[in-house]
Amino acid sequence: MLNMIIRRTAVALPTLLILVIVTFVLMHSAPGGPFTSEKPLPPQVLANIEAKYGLNEPLYKQIFMYLQGIVTELDFGPSYVYKDRTVNDIIAQGLPVTLTYGAWVIVVMLAVGVPLGMIAAIKQNTWIDYLAVGFSILADLLPNFIMGPILILIFTLWLGWLPGGGWNGGQWEYMIMPVIALATSYMASITRLTRSSMLEVLRSNFIRTARAKGLPERTIILRHAMKPALMPVISYLSPVFVYVITGSFIVDAIFSTGGLGTYFTNAAFNRDYAVMMGVTLLTGGLTILFNLLVDLLYGWIDPQIRY
Amino acid sequence: MTLLSVENLTVRFETPDGTVNAVNDLNFTLDRGQSLAIVGESGSGKSQTVFSIMGLLAANGRATGRAVLDGQDILNLPPRALNKIRPEKMAMVFQDPMTSLNPYMRLSDQLCEVLIHHRGMSKRDALAAAVRMLDAVRIPEAKTRVHMYPHELSGGMRQRVVIAMALLCEPDLLIADEPTTALDVTVQEQIMDLLASLQRDLDMAMILITHDLGVVASSCRDMLVMYGGQVMEYGKTIDLFEAPSHPYTRGLLSAIPRLDQQSDSLVAIPGNPPNMMAPPSGCPFHPRCSFADAGCSTHNPSLAPYQDRQRACLKSAEELS
Repeated sequence: MLNMIIRRTAVALPTLLILVIVTFVLMHSAPGGPFTSEKPLPPQVLANIEAKYGLNEPLYKQIFMYLQGIVTELDFGPSYVYKDRTVNDIIAQGLPVTLTYGAWVIVVMLAVGVPLGMIAAIKQNTWIDYLAVGFSILADLLPNFIMGPILILIFTLWLGWLPGGGWNGGQWEYMIMPVIALATSYMASITRLTRSSMLEVLRSNFIRTARAKGLPERTIILRHAMKPALMPVISYLSPVFVYVITGSFIVDAIFSTGGLGTYFTNAAFNRDYAVMMGVTLLTGGLTILFNLLVDLLYGWIDPQIRY
Repeated sequence: MTLLSVENLTVRFETPDGTVNAVNDLNFTLDRGQSLAIVGESGSGKSQTVFSIMGLLAANGRATGRAVLDGQDILNLPPRALNKIRPEKMAMVFQDPMTSLNPYMRLSDQLCEVLIHHRGMSKRDALAAAVRMLDAVRIPEAKTRVHMYPHELSGGMRQRVVIAMALLCEPDLLIADEPTTALDVTVQEQIMDLLASLQRDLDMAMILITHDLGVVASSCRDMLVMYGGQVMEYGKTIDLFEAPSHPYTRGLLSAIPRLDQQSDSLVAIPGNPPNMMAPPSGCPFHPRCSFADAGCSTHNPSLAPYQDRQRACLKSAEELS
């Protein structure tokens, strides 16, 4: 297993390097730059600023300098737009917010989706099953960018129960709507995934064996069927992490939660090269890490898998 | 003394394409400590017969009739009541040992839970009993193997584990559904020998479902030949082997390849087993029977005493000779 972790880490480095290069090239190939504005700066001033940030150097040199800063000092560079704030500052501010509600999103969708899918499978073709499937289809029709405004409309504008945006240090009334908006459609996928995999497991031969052993239904479900039924759900968790990150761009925009997404979208609009690079690299690294964790979890649950 | 008596057992499945008549009006009895072989081609209803007795029919299956085990009708008992009977009084060994053990659980857990749940044993006692049972089914180094996962064992070893699991509560009746079909030929014989000797030692009754007529001849006193969900012939194995009186039994027996007869091709019964969604009219075997006439396609014979056995055929002995 240690072998596998080392191998995966070794592969992660070139992956991240490619990510840096591709992002860098794409960013710089778009017209304009961080200091382009409606009222153009005098060419001399522009040249000076660009020289200060090293933007007059050839691209390969810029990439090299950028990587040098990261490797030697873990410095992701200064923001080109927010004066006297570094990318490190911005990440330190946005990442905890994203991770906090991201973690809640994963908890909520598992805590609702898995039991719902299980019950639907156990009570297949009853009204409970139809209700769960109906609910999950409905939830699938409501992606985060539609759920967000609907929630604000109902709970802020009509009922006045919840604040329509902001973060306020992560108090629950500020967190509840972003989490629901982001969790709903993935919850639906998890419900259906759990249901179908549970149905398959319940039809398998080893469940028939367990029944022949005269075990109570509870034991059969929880002890014999649960683990194998959850395997597809666990493998679904790696893409879910990416969904949560990309979904956070939208949620941050709708609810002004101030997570990484806020900075990423702003950086893209403002050509804030260093912030964009920093956030891209960070989410890339986190994705690789999360995939590794999911694979380890997989091997831990299924005794047939050995790394 | 009769242990199991099956009366008018009928099993049907409701499918979106129609009703499947898997078993039709089956009757047989089994004495304590005796063994019965159920033979027949694939799809003849053998497995569904025993699944209905064990209460393991698929959700869309319905069984009617009676299956009296030790004085109690156990057919269609609710799961809670059934769980007091299996595996205490009857247990089952399944066809495919590769899939009939839970791949996510150690053998120790899969074995011990039976004893902990049904006998109220402590984990420690249960483990000791599980190891003793693995020894009894001749698994070498049972003490270490008991902590393994199923995928760490070969198919033959896994089937021994399945057998051990079925025997933990020392049932009166062991049902073995083609226990050797998925195994190597060399292992098949070991498993059959094991089953036969365990049956003797533990004084169990056994229902053996098999394609292997050689096994039947050597290990089962009674024999039930099924075709199209019905009994074709039912009697003592030795009688049926010596003088098969039903054309289908004859077909089955003559299909056994023999080493002492030079032959270039295998003998087979022409045609295919019937589609149980739309079974043929009359005798289910008549489309493949070389003796069939017009009467056979309109009239379905019922099982009736015939010489020293029971038989379902419209033809007399003279007509079949």
